[in-house]
Amino acid sequence: MPLVFAGVCSHAPGITGRAHLADPEIRDEFYSHYHRLRGALEAAKPDALVVVGAEHFANFFFDNMPAYCVGMADFYEGPIEDEEWLGIERQRIPGAPDLSKRLIARVMDDCDVAYAQEWKFDHGISVPLHFLTPRYDLPVVPVNINCQEPPLTPLHRTWAFGRALRKACDAMPERIAIVGTGGISHWPCTPDSGTVNEAWDRDFLDKFVNNRKDELLAYKDEDVYREAGHGGFEIRTFIAIAAATEGATGDLWFYAPIPIFAVGCTVATMTVQ
Amino acid sequence: MSLYYVQKLLYQLNRDPRVRERFEADPESVMGEYELTDEELEAIRKPDIGLLFVLGVNGQLLMHYAAMHRYPWADYIQAMRDGVSEYGKVREGLYAMLED
Repeated sequence: MPLVFAGVCSHAPGITGRAHLADPEIRDEFYSHYHRLRGALEAAKPDALVVVGAEHFANFFFDNMPAYCVGMADFYEGPIEDEEWLGIERQRIPGAPDLSKRLIARVMDDCDVAYAQEWKFDHGISVPLHFLTPRYDLPVVPVNINCQEPPLTPLHRTWAFGRALRKACDAMPERIAIVGTGGISHWPCTPDSGTVNEAWDRDFLDKFVNNRKDELLAYKDEDVYREAGHGGFEIRTFIAIAAATEGATGDLWFYAPIPIFAVGCTVATMTVQ
Repeated sequence: MSLYYVQKLLYQLNRDPRVRERFEADPESVMGEYELTDEELEAIRKPDIGLLFVLGVNGQLLMHYAAMHRYPWADYIQAMRDGVSEYGKVREGLYAMLED
C-alpha cells in the first residue's frame, strides 16, 4: 500500500511545558494547526505512524550512537521527562513490532540502520504524539536520526535513508503515515535559547515545501551551526521527509517563532504521490 | 577532563529512576562509579549548573539535571550565563565545535 500521509511538525519541551508563558494568541493558532494536522492524519486512516525524530539522549548516548535507528518494540514509554515539567503524562504507546521488522529489513536493502526493541520517548516524540494521537491508540514506529552531536550523518545519506524508508513503506500491505519532527534554527537549552533566525527558517522551509533536493543537500553543518544553531542539525528530519516524498511539493500551514518555546514553530504537509 | 563520564552520569540520572533514587539517597557513592575529576565532582555536587555548561555538558542533558534540582527555566538559562561570566567560554563539546 503506498504511503498514505506525510507531514512535519515541531517539537520542543516548551510547547507543552511552558505553554502558560507564551502569548496565548500565537500559541493557540499554532496549536490549531497541530489539531488540523491530526485531522488530516486521521482522515488518511493509517494503520501505523512512522515518526522520524531526533531524540535528545533519552536512549542513545556517546557509548554507542547510531546515525539511524528504527524502533521494533511491542510498546514504548514516554515521556521520560518529569511529567509536570513537560506537561504530558507518562504513557505506554503501542508499537507495531511485526511491521517494524519488515520495514527495517526493506530499508536495509539500501541503508544500514540500527534497531531497538526498547525505547523511551522524550519530548522529541512525546510532544508531537500529544497533539497528533492524544488517545495513544495508533501504533507507532519511531525512527531516530542522530542530530545531537557530530559526527552526524551527511545530508545526502539522510536523503538516501528517507528514500529507502518510503520504498519500504510502499511495499507494506499496511496503510502507513509518516511525520517528521525537528526544529529548524534554534539554540535549545543554552544561554541563546529563544533565539530563532526567522529569515533562515523561511528560506529553508521554501526549499523544503518545494522539495528542491539540490538546495536542501547543499547545507553545511558548520554554516548551519553558525546561522541556525546546533538545533539546526535537526533539518535532517525534514530532509528525510522531503526524500520520502521526492518529486512532490508541500504546504506550509504554519510558521512562527515563539521564543518561550525556543523554536520556530512549524506545521506542514507534503503531498504523497 | 572527563566530559564523557559527566554526561554519562547525567544521562543515566535522566533515564533511569533507580539511578536517580540511589543518587538522591547517596550521591557520593553513585558519583564514585564514574571517572570524574575533583572539579567535575564539585560541579555535580553543588550543583554548579554554570560550570557544568562551561565544562561542555550538552544542554539536552544539563536542563534535566537543573530541573531535577527544581530550577525554573529562567534560572537555568541565567545559571549558564553566570557560568560563562565566571569561568569563561565553553571548553569542549558541542558548543566549542568551532573553536579550533
